[in-house]
Amino acid sequence: MIKKIVIANRGEIATRIIRTCKRLGIATVAVYSEADQKAPFVSMADECYLLGPPRVQESYLNAEKIISIARQAGADAIHPGYGFLSENSQFAGQCRDAGLLFIGPSSQVLEQMGNKIAARKAMKDAAVPIVPGTDEAVADAEEAKEIAELIGYPIMLKAASGGGGIGMQVVHTNKELEKAFDSNAKRAQSFFGDGAMFMEKKLENARHIEIQLLADHHGNVVHLYDRECSIQRRNQKVIEEAPSPFISETTRQEMGDSAVRAAKALNYTNAGTIEFIVDEQEHFYFLEMNTRIQVEHPVTEEVTGLDIVEQQIAIANGEKLAYEQSDIARSGHAIEARIYAEDPETFFPSPGYISAFELPDGENIRNETAVTDDFTVTPFYDPMIGKLIARGADRGEAIAALKQALLHYKVEGIKTNIPMLIEVVNHDQFLNGNTTTAFIDNYYLPMVKTN
Amino acid sequence: MTEVKASMAGSVWKIEVSKGETVEEDQDIVILESMKMEIPIPAESDGTVQELKVAEGDFVNEGDVIAIIE
Repeated sequence: MIKKIVIANRGEIATRIIRTCKRLGIATVAVYSEADQKAPFVSMADECYLLGPPRVQESYLNAEKIISIARQAGADAIHPGYGFLSENSQFAGQCRDAGLLFIGPSSQVLEQMGNKIAARKAMKDAAVPIVPGTDEAVADAEEAKEIAELIGYPIMLKAASGGGGIGMQVVHTNKELEKAFDSNAKRAQSFFGDGAMFMEKKLENARHIEIQLLADHHGNVVHLYDRECSIQRRNQKVIEEAPSPFISETTRQEMGDSAVRAAKALNYTNAGTIEFIVDEQEHFYFLEMNTRIQVEHPVTEEVTGLDIVEQQIAIANGEKLAYEQSDIARSGHAIEARIYAEDPETFFPSPGYISAFELPDGENIRNETAVTDDFTVTPFYDPMIGKLIARGADRGEAIAALKQALLHYKVEGIKTNIPMLIEVVNHDQFLNGNTTTAFIDNYYLPMVKTN
Repeated sequence: MTEVKASMAGSVWKIEVSKGETVEEDQDIVILESMKMEIPIPAESDGTVQELKVAEGDFVNEGDVIAIIE
């Protein structure tokens, strides 16, 4: 049984994992960079070890150092959180070679699903619908233009090994594609060590809806229903909710069945998520699989009552899932708003010193935070400084709670996207559930220009 | 002479010009990376790149001089 876990991550997800570990009586070890010495997650853990300088290559991506710390601390498992090494097949293999449990799927599955072209093939084999696009890496911009003519613009250009919106771009014309192909391939090569690119048809007025899964080492898989994460800026999620206000119960069930079928076909283990793009007619297509816990997991926890981190640990321990599909109840509605340190109009980063920080509270409010007051947000990592989750008996109640909480969320010293979030949750189209992936472009940005 | 300054803290991701090159107003001089986002820093006037004060990979703070255009 796992007694001590190294958390190979930082910020809010590190504090989130530590909280569950404390409740379960599991000791925690934080690893941190020089930039994060004063971060709350460091002092929350039972032990902490300095990794090195702020740059991720010298800190949170330094696999050897993290494994060496785990051995030194006498830990028996590593929880990778999201981002950084969480979907790195080599790291998962290194952990197991070092006698450490990697709280995630096998390195083989990580390798397969980490390459989005291989993932598309695997889904096709499991009879999960995929977006029309390329089945192989595209050689160069010239070939990309030929394929785009066949598929039809707009197309979505994507890095095979990408994530977090990096190496991804919507392209509308041949001219745009020529420029976009090389720059995205180069960026993907730099970030992921793999510049392979592929293309998918860009579906208009689509929604991003995903299914959360749990899969144990005994062949059992359950889904925890859906989340809609369509409100995005720069291809990154801003607001997520469970359940989706759009799909019917029939579609919901079909998507859940498809996701479970996919996980079983992959011999998947751990918590995981199948992301789908859903068109106006509720046709759904596989986008990618996230083989880790996700930022937006709290909305699923709020409507199912399950602790997904606890489930991950139980699965890693080799335990059988304690639930069959029919045991997974869902009630109420939950919405999460990501609080970013950025300009609310341009979405440009806003690192700096937080002079005052106060969180809203209330029985329908949950906060996950990475910062405190008297704290400097550095430019080295992503801009998310917190997550605000509101729940209610229905969507209307959850939105009302979120609106109130946003008004009481106080961050001074840096710019945040809170003014943007307030505009979004007050917008008629959001209130009506018209939350397509084009929401920010169609409704928010025109409002910014008018003001 | 005009100084091209960093509009925010970040790492120099890419230098788009070289010393001695003629540049136009609004032409990107360097691309900074901050919080996983690329931010282009443009020239504020036409001129010649007299000096580049940074190298790729360097870290700059807001207000640091990146280049001098004459």
